[in-house]
Amino acid sequence: MLVVKGLGKRYGFTVALDGISFQVGCHEIVGLLGPNGAGKTTTINIVLSVLEPSFGRVIIDGMDIATHRREALERTNFTAVYAPLPGNLTVWQNLRVFAMLYGVPSARARIEALLHEYDLLQFRNTKCGLLSSGEQTRVSLAKAMLNQPRLLLLDEPTASLDPASAREIRSRIREFAAQNEAGVLWTSHNMYEVSEVCSRVLFVSHGKILLEGDPKTLPAEYGKESLEDLFVTVAREPLSLED
Amino acid sequence: MTMGASLRRVAAILLRLFYLLRGSSARVVPLFAWQAVDIVLWGFISRYLNTLSSARFNFIPALLGAIILWDFLVRALHGVIVAFFEDVWSRNFLNIFAAPIAISEYLTGLVLFSVATSVVVLAVMVVLATAAFGLQFFTIGVMLVPFLLLLFLFGVALGIFGAAIVLRWGPAAEWLIWPLPALLSPLACVFYPLSALPGWLQWVARLVPPTYVFEGMRGVLEGRGTQLTPMLICTALTTLALLAACRAFLRVYRHAVRTGLIARYSAETVS
Repeated sequence: MLVVKGLGKRYGFTVALDGISFQVGCHEIVGLLGPNGAGKTTTINIVLSVLEPSFGRVIIDGMDIATHRREALERTNFTAVYAPLPGNLTVWQNLRVFAMLYGVPSARARIEALLHEYDLLQFRNTKCGLLSSGEQTRVSLAKAMLNQPRLLLLDEPTASLDPASAREIRSRIREFAAQNEAGVLWTSHNMYEVSEVCSRVLFVSHGKILLEGDPKTLPAEYGKESLEDLFVTVAREPLSLED
Repeated sequence: MTMGASLRRVAAILLRLFYLLRGSSARVVPLFAWQAVDIVLWGFISRYLNTLSSARFNFIPALLGAIILWDFLVRALHGVIVAFFEDVWSRNFLNIFAAPIAISEYLTGLVLFSVATSVVVLAVMVVLATAAFGLQFFTIGVMLVPFLLLLFLFGVALGIFGAAIVLRWGPAAEWLIWPLPALLSPLACVFYPLSALPGWLQWVARLVPPTYVFEGMRGVLEGRGTQLTPMLICTALTTLALLAACRAFLRVYRHAVRTGLIARYSAETVS
């Protein structure tokens, strides 16, 4: 679903991404992990085509975003804590507008289904700005599912959810990846969540992928007890993990 | 990519703006309020001037007609820029520009919103000026069509150029855009003929497309008619302004995508 080849981004002399390559396959949920400033959001912004790479390629469902931006984005969707939907529109209005932007067929029925699925029926006519942060996250997730994307990008999707809601969302996204011809790229700082959801993780530091593997076996391969210990090592002593 | 899909995305931008208008009297009232105040103010000024003059010249069509045309231009500018500001104020750039919409479709949505609001406001201004001050706006005749069209297009050009400035320099640059009409109005010769300006300023005013429209309007009202050449110059300058504004917006958008400004817009600048 997603192929990233030698992707790099430089701001003057600052290297934000240093030629990373990875893939997200069909039915796969891949965790993109790393300390703040590692390059995770830069990667997501490039895949979403709101940031131009300095070099490298991004291919979504066979479409190169450099040459087929619109077709690639029609197959993609995202949610991020830093991109809430406009607070001055109701839940229904926001979903209606984005359904039109993404060309969702039978939009009304699709929105109704998502309102039901994400437990938003009672908020249908509530302005998004009046919702709690957890409810806003659920609206953003509903928006991200509108076009049944082939590639779903989730930047800390459960950051503002209570444990019960977060568990529910994780289960929905696992279900989404399993039942659809789709792949998911997921960033999170919650290592428990990553172990539970992701079939593969990529550890990013200083714009490079340092480690890649199964989150359940990767810590032991590097002599760590848990994924969190491994994360701390990546954040504090990345050189100790480089070949 | 089908035309239908493109129109649907343009309609999505319009629908969002319609939802905002429908749900907020704070957005609807200002559409008409300032223009209504202008009509009342200039209506009374015109009446007063009519009592001072020797009754050979009627100030009502000259001043009130001019203010309606000028406010129509300002409304066209505001139609585009306020629609753009809605995405600035709600920090919606990432959601919009990560969707499969082309910049041309986004701008078309803003312009169509401007068409809708400008036409409604024009109608309200004409009705108010006719009812309160007996203005016969349509005595300008058939030339009203090119006058309105040229003013609208120049207003849209200013709006798109303003949007480019705000996209480039961040939300605070909004305060550079609001005074634009006031800065331009002395050069556009809205209330006085071009000959009233000093020689060097006349040359500057000749670069401002609305100048030709207001000169043309006065020509019609004074029975001199409108000359073709000034209108052709006005059309050429307006087209140039529109193309330059679209190009400026596109360049700024590309800069924003290259530097990551779209994703970090609230930071105002990345340089």
